[in-house]
Amino acid sequence: MRGMSLVVKVVTNIVVGFIFIYGVYIILHGHLTPGGGFAGGVIIAGALVLRILAFGVEPVSEKRAEERASAFESLGALLFIGIAFAGLIIGGAFFLNFLPQGTPLRLLSGGIIPLCNIAIGIKVGAGLFTIFLALAAIKYVMED
Amino acid sequence: MTIIPLYFAIPLLAAFLIPVIGKFAKTFTWLFTTAVSFALFVIALYGVAAVQEFPLIVCKMGRWAPPLGIVMVLDAFSAFMALVISIVVFAGALFSYRYLSHYTGQWKFYTLYMLITAGMMGVVLTGDLFNMFVFLEIAAISSYALVAFGVDAEELEASFKYMVMGEIGGLTFLLAIALIYARTSTLNLADISNVMQMFGQTTFFWTVLGLMLFAFSIKAAFVPFHSWLPDAHPAAPAPVSSLLSGIFIKVLGIYTTARMVFNVFGLSRANAPMFFNILIVLGLLSITFAGLTALNQKDYKRLLGYSSVSQIGYIMLGFGIGNYYGVAGAIFFILAHALAKGLLFLTSGAVVHATGTRDLNKLAGLGEKMPTTAWSFRFGGLSLIGIPPLVGFWAKFWIILGALKAGMLWLAITAIVLSGLTLYYYLKIENSVFLKKGKVDAKPAPFTMRIAMVFLVVLIVVLGLGFQQVIDFVVGPAANALLRGLEYSQLVFGYVTTGF
Amino acid sequence: MIAFLACIVLFLIGLYAIVTKRNLIKIVIGFALMEYGINLLFALIGFRHGSVAPIITQIDMPRRFVDPVPQALVLTAIVIALGTTALMLAVALRIYNRYKTFDIAEIRKLKG
Repeated sequence: MRGMSLVVKVVTNIVVGFIFIYGVYIILHGHLTPGGGFAGGVIIAGALVLRILAFGVEPVSEKRAEERASAFESLGALLFIGIAFAGLIIGGAFFLNFLPQGTPLRLLSGGIIPLCNIAIGIKVGAGLFTIFLALAAIKYVMED
Repeated sequence: MTIIPLYFAIPLLAAFLIPVIGKFAKTFTWLFTTAVSFALFVIALYGVAAVQEFPLIVCKMGRWAPPLGIVMVLDAFSAFMALVISIVVFAGALFSYRYLSHYTGQWKFYTLYMLITAGMMGVVLTGDLFNMFVFLEIAAISSYALVAFGVDAEELEASFKYMVMGEIGGLTFLLAIALIYARTSTLNLADISNVMQMFGQTTFFWTVLGLMLFAFSIKAAFVPFHSWLPDAHPAAPAPVSSLLSGIFIKVLGIYTTARMVFNVFGLSRANAPMFFNILIVLGLLSITFAGLTALNQKDYKRLLGYSSVSQIGYIMLGFGIGNYYGVAGAIFFILAHALAKGLLFLTSGAVVHATGTRDLNKLAGLGEKMPTTAWSFRFGGLSLIGIPPLVGFWAKFWIILGALKAGMLWLAITAIVLSGLTLYYYLKIENSVFLKKGKVDAKPAPFTMRIAMVFLVVLIVVLGLGFQQVIDFVVGPAANALLRGLEYSQLVFGYVTTGF
Repeated sequence: MIAFLACIVLFLIGLYAIVTKRNLIKIVIGFALMEYGINLLFALIGFRHGSVAPIITQIDMPRRFVDPVPQALVLTAIVIALGTTALMLAVALRIYNRYKTFDIAEIRKLKG
């Protein structure tokens, strides 16, 4: 995939970090405000996709990126199931909210909910990015 | 500490561990998958033992009590289905090792294989309508991907066709869920059953049930919704065909239908005779139409696909008869058909692995070259035709007994006569693949493949000989679990307080 | 009532597209329409007159909320639709790769 014009590259360089941070913010505040793991993950994936679209990528490094993204996706899912299993082992019920609940409306509240959001965020961000790369990879096959 | 979450959590965990480890160790991935399947088998056996003691075991996710929280409900029927799933999954996993040797990206296969297992386990265990939809879609999406796994033109086309049909079914189910939630404001199956009982059999009741049955009929591939199955099941790799035909259509189509009709909507032959007659008609239609189409198929796996549609009809027939013997026969038939059809698709995989073709006209003389495969095929075929003392005979016998007890002599005779169709198309494969003399290069099936096939043959023979025990401990309680109808909801809410 | 019917109509338009269109991509769009119809229906089911979005910003809010359950269901349904759509598009692209066409009338290796 070839990159785009210089204007796009410069603007992307400026905004891509902010988009990423915004995604992280949405994930971390998922238990307080609208949004959460899925929405934040989509925003993070958007930042990654934007970077690829603006700067272009060689097929070889795209393949490597896809492998890494799919490893992160598995990691997110494992984290999520791990939290559920921790509830089973610590408290005897699957998905038990075993952490202290904290003060409502504070960042540190909600027990396992923020952790679940982080796991979902990783999973969705990496997953959507993998889907994008996989669909882009089919294009290469067609061009051959 | 309860075992119920393990049913679906273990395969999910395995599914996401495999991408991490699978790229480095191919053999280890296979061993891991097989070990997980075997662990599921052990858990399912334990579950069957547990429901002998309690009629129904409820597990609350995160300790949220129903109807607010999501519950997992293990009763005799769920335990039975989970056991059958684990048997077919285990045999398929054993078989995969050598069969997959010429595919690339094997870890993707095993990931999807574990996901489909998790989805099916979730469907049979959940006590929540929307949760059922989610698990159903997990299983369905994995199956679409598995059908397209070979990425050849035919496989992609079959997968797309399957996806279109399957998703129309899935979205119709979602529409039914939306309508139910609009009227009842609950998603818990037991709670829905309570509210529906207050409504009685109104237009709304039948609309929602009709939408659901439409969705499940597509998933179960009854005639006239069957057109995707004879394309999709042959296109998948053989262990997946075995899984899809053996158990997948029964979990997504039959189990869901039976659970909704008997336990949630509370229908029985006494209060809705017309509805049950429709089930019988649907069953007979499937048996006859698909059976006749199977007769002139020239593709090994495609013939087996049509045979699945035809045999699904017998299960529907059993549920349509609606008395204890009919329902027990239908449930027994789920077991018999899962073992036999799983085995037959595995033999087709062994034949394809050895010869590279599944065209019945090109295959010949494999009876001498692949004795284990040939004899496995014979046992599977005879069991499905209904030859005593194999397990398929007893299943069919119970359905026919049910028809006689219900005073439907014509139905009993029709069911016996239609077995002739089954006999005819199995003789066709037997004749052209295994008996006919001819020169086709083939080696005997590899060791792991033979183990998988022999495992299922042993089960077919042993469960056939010990049919009385199967009826007493597994099938009978499962039939009673369905026939207790609306008591289901009282049991779910009653058992919530116990700590199991 | 009109709004509810509009959702069903959207669902049926999607179904119509799937049944009649011959282009694979248009079939996928048909599925998206069906999906939107149901999601809108869910959102409408949860709606209550004079209520606010179910977001708690103070500890004791004396407000009536709309039903939050359908919104959670819609989110889950969207995730599932995302998975199916991505898979469908991938398969459609692969099919295009083999046959050099999106027209289902020309993609006919399998009969029946």
